[in-house]
Amino acid sequence: MSYLEYNVKSVPSGLSKILYLNWPVVVLLTAIASVGFLMLYSVAGGSMMPWAEPQMKRFALGLFLMISVAMIPVWFLRNIAGAAYAVSVLLLLAVEFFGSTGMGAQRWIDVGFMRLQPSELTKITLIMFLAAYYDWVDIKKISRPFWVLIPVLIIAVPVFLTLRQPDLGTALLLVFGGGGLMFLAGVHWAYFAAVVGGAAGLVGAVFKSRGTEWQLIKDYQYRRIDTFIDPASDPLGAGYHITQSKIALGSGGWTGRGYMQGTQSRLNFLPEKHTDFIFTTLAEEFGFIGGISLLSLYVLVLVFCVISALNNKDRFASLLTMGIGLTFFLFFAVNMSMVMGLAPVVGVPLPMVSYGGSAMIVLLLAFGLMQSAHVHRPR
Amino acid sequence: MRRSPKDTEESAAILSRRGLVMGGGMLAFAGVLGLRMRHLQVEQADQFRLLAEENRISIRLLPPARGQIFDRNGLLLAGNEQNYRVTMVRDEVDDPEQVLRDLAHLIPMTNEDMERAREELRKRSRLVPVTIADRLSWEDLSQVAVNAPALPGITPDVGLSRIYPRGADFAHIVGYVGPVSDYDLSRIEDKDPLLQIPKFQIGKTGSENKLEHNLRGKAGTKRVEVNAIGRVMRELGRDESQKGANVQLTINAELQNFVQARLEGESAAAVVIEVETGDLVAIGSAPAFDPNLFVRGISVKDYGELTNNKYRPLANKAVQGTYPPGSTFKMVTALAALEADEIDPEETIWCGGYAEVANRRFHCWKRGGHGHINLRNSLKQSCDVYYYDLAQRVGIEKISAMARRLGLGERHDVPMSAVASGLMPTKAWKRENRDNDWVIGDSLNAAIGQGFVLASPLQLAVMAARLATNRAVSPRLVKSIDGVETASGAGESLGLSDAMMAHVQGGMFAVANESGGTGYGTRIAEKSLRMAGKTGTSQVRNITKAERARGVFRNADLPWERRDHALYVGFAPADAPKYAVSVVVEHGGGGSTSAAPIARDVMLAAQTGGMPPLSAYPSAQRGRVSSALKKLRIWNPYEPQAPDSQA
Repeated sequence: MSYLEYNVKSVPSGLSKILYLNWPVVVLLTAIASVGFLMLYSVAGGSMMPWAEPQMKRFALGLFLMISVAMIPVWFLRNIAGAAYAVSVLLLLAVEFFGSTGMGAQRWIDVGFMRLQPSELTKITLIMFLAAYYDWVDIKKISRPFWVLIPVLIIAVPVFLTLRQPDLGTALLLVFGGGGLMFLAGVHWAYFAAVVGGAAGLVGAVFKSRGTEWQLIKDYQYRRIDTFIDPASDPLGAGYHITQSKIALGSGGWTGRGYMQGTQSRLNFLPEKHTDFIFTTLAEEFGFIGGISLLSLYVLVLVFCVISALNNKDRFASLLTMGIGLTFFLFFAVNMSMVMGLAPVVGVPLPMVSYGGSAMIVLLLAFGLMQSAHVHRPR
Repeated sequence: MRRSPKDTEESAAILSRRGLVMGGGMLAFAGVLGLRMRHLQVEQADQFRLLAEENRISIRLLPPARGQIFDRNGLLLAGNEQNYRVTMVRDEVDDPEQVLRDLAHLIPMTNEDMERAREELRKRSRLVPVTIADRLSWEDLSQVAVNAPALPGITPDVGLSRIYPRGADFAHIVGYVGPVSDYDLSRIEDKDPLLQIPKFQIGKTGSENKLEHNLRGKAGTKRVEVNAIGRVMRELGRDESQKGANVQLTINAELQNFVQARLEGESAAAVVIEVETGDLVAIGSAPAFDPNLFVRGISVKDYGELTNNKYRPLANKAVQGTYPPGSTFKMVTALAALEADEIDPEETIWCGGYAEVANRRFHCWKRGGHGHINLRNSLKQSCDVYYYDLAQRVGIEKISAMARRLGLGERHDVPMSAVASGLMPTKAWKRENRDNDWVIGDSLNAAIGQGFVLASPLQLAVMAARLATNRAVSPRLVKSIDGVETASGAGESLGLSDAMMAHVQGGMFAVANESGGTGYGTRIAEKSLRMAGKTGTSQVRNITKAERARGVFRNADLPWERRDHALYVGFAPADAPKYAVSVVVEHGGGGSTSAAPIARDVMLAAQTGGMPPLSAYPSAQRGRVSSALKKLRIWNPYEPQAPDSQA
């Protein structure tokens, strides 16, 4: 179902589109990014360099890109979704190819002012392409095996390529994001039940097989699982990150130790304190109140995405908005679960807060798509 | 393509439903995250706060400065020197080899030093400072400090290290310190955390060891904030360490130096004691060694030389060595007989060169015999037969009891290593230890300080002091600890009558000053400095009948190990005793020829407080004595120093 099929009373045009942006989301994202600047300033020991200032510049650029993308009519985005997906898969292939012929472990392509990770880009293009696919496919056929197999393949290709990098975090986000979109589009419950059941069975089998002749995974992989379940069993080795991270969080208490007073981060006990583990610094310095506030900001962004999606009668736009909300959710949910010891340590940054150019710009681009859907929604 | 409105509606409915389900799911998960955050940050906050502090705060021990040791005049015997050193933390260096090379341009480093540094860097943790070079001069250290920016991981540092400015003179008295070993840890009850510091120095021998608890001081602590790799970020607070107590010994360092110099070349010991107070003013044991070698870590070669030396430099012969006292024991037998009223001092006993007791011949040292001899002359000429007779009259128990009263056979409490108790046998002792009954021959041997009797030079000096004063003088090595004077060793009266003492002291005077006395050859000409004494020559082997018949009697013809020990005990001035002395020269031959000259020089040095004055020697001997004294290696490069003048 597409935009043109509706009777459109008025379509914002020109610069006046800016007035129709989903401003609450813009404000919320700016607030979250500001929390990030604050924390990056703190973990640098009270300095704009080396993290806070570049991060601000990137945010400014990202914000500009977001609004620019928001100006693009959403139907145009739908029409290029396939091409965008194809390009990002080609880029993944390119990285894979060059990676194996002498570019070392590079996972990015230098685009001048920043390094672009194709795997980051794939997170949006996959959502776009799947939304376009479900916009196109007949609603009645949606749960037929053939029409389910197609999106599964669409998801599987980039997942396979990112796993080869290896980038488990991104692969997981792609699987959950893609699967989530299929769920939203209305694919029958039974498929999901089967997948969840199969996964549970597999996990059960893996654990059952431990120490037997038909053991399914290697011993060291079991030890990794052990460390995840009980980090204290290896506090200086693999469990170090998670143990220190929990100590930082916990020692924050209700109100935290005060801005720039966090000993865990300041004394380098925290690993990756400016990237994946930045939330622990926040929680250490601002306590439970600080942590729950940031979580609330994230939830509010989600709420606005869901509201925007539900109010959008265009199927592509609605799916796209929900998909982007879901991706955003997956980012912060996985990251926070990880630092709080609820999930294994996989490299997923805290959206808009962690230092890192690619992730932030790609996220803002994604919100540009969401804004475009919002601006050009049928009225 | 237009779709039917029904389809459109249906799909919109599905999307709304699923969207709400997903939105709800996401909210629920956010709720879980919030709860988890609450669990960690509110419910377990105290526990995690504690863990964070444990992470952050590290308590470091501050080793105290070790107490210093001074002689009786305040000369420094054991001090602490600043040890300038350079350390490297491996983790902070990319290319340690390059840094080492750069360092070698700045400070003198031999290839051996470099190799040792590399070895240490390999062995130790990457995070702890490893000593690359130590005992640097201030100039070298400054060189490193100035160039520190170009030498990553390198830190100039200063620690305290023990130094013994008097070198070998006090090797046996003061001893030396060394790093705590696993053996030390297993042996001592002490749970002082200081002992856990790597390379912490504790007293290993001598006073350093015996007075360890006084000298060590108390550890301080500093609380520092450390980062994840253990580097100190800042200090949060400190409890200063308490310096160990300063100890002042009774030894006179200058006299000690003279004694050591005089003993050089022999395997010998000499003890000088103040008769009134029991103060030990010199305790010589030769050969000695440089204790500083041990502090710095002695090389295998040097250590091998010390342990393989047949003169046993490591042993403190003055207190550890026990020797048959020989004729120096005769005063004991004489006093035992006098007190038991078994002999009149003027009564003469006939010496025909030997006594026959229990079908055995006991020889006098003089083959032809001394003829009729009284107490005074028996001491003066050291007649053995006279004492064989006394032994039969008095019996071993009384002799043994008298010996104990005079300080033999008992362990004197002085803070030095392995102080020997010697041996003063009784009948019971022999039954217990030799599984044999006491026979009369044992008494005869004991009466002349042979057989089972063993005494250390320290015990002999104490005996001489007690003979001089008629008081139970006990030796004192520590004059004061932290300025607090220790109890004097003057002791109670021995309870022997003045008349008895006068007879024995008279005999000793005759030995050293009357023509025909065994010590006459080493008399002191200056009247106010004259000694009273007794020579002794103790056999370390039995003389066989065959040897006696052949007349192989000359020590010079025997290998060193089989020669007699030479001994001398005495006190001076003879009329108003101030110092008592004992000298033992291992396998030195005769007491009058080997030990007595040493005793004379030492007593003159003690009495005059400097080099022995030539005028005190008999004029005929002055030339020989003068050239001998000039050869002594006397050194005194250190200025007197008050106990508290150096921190």
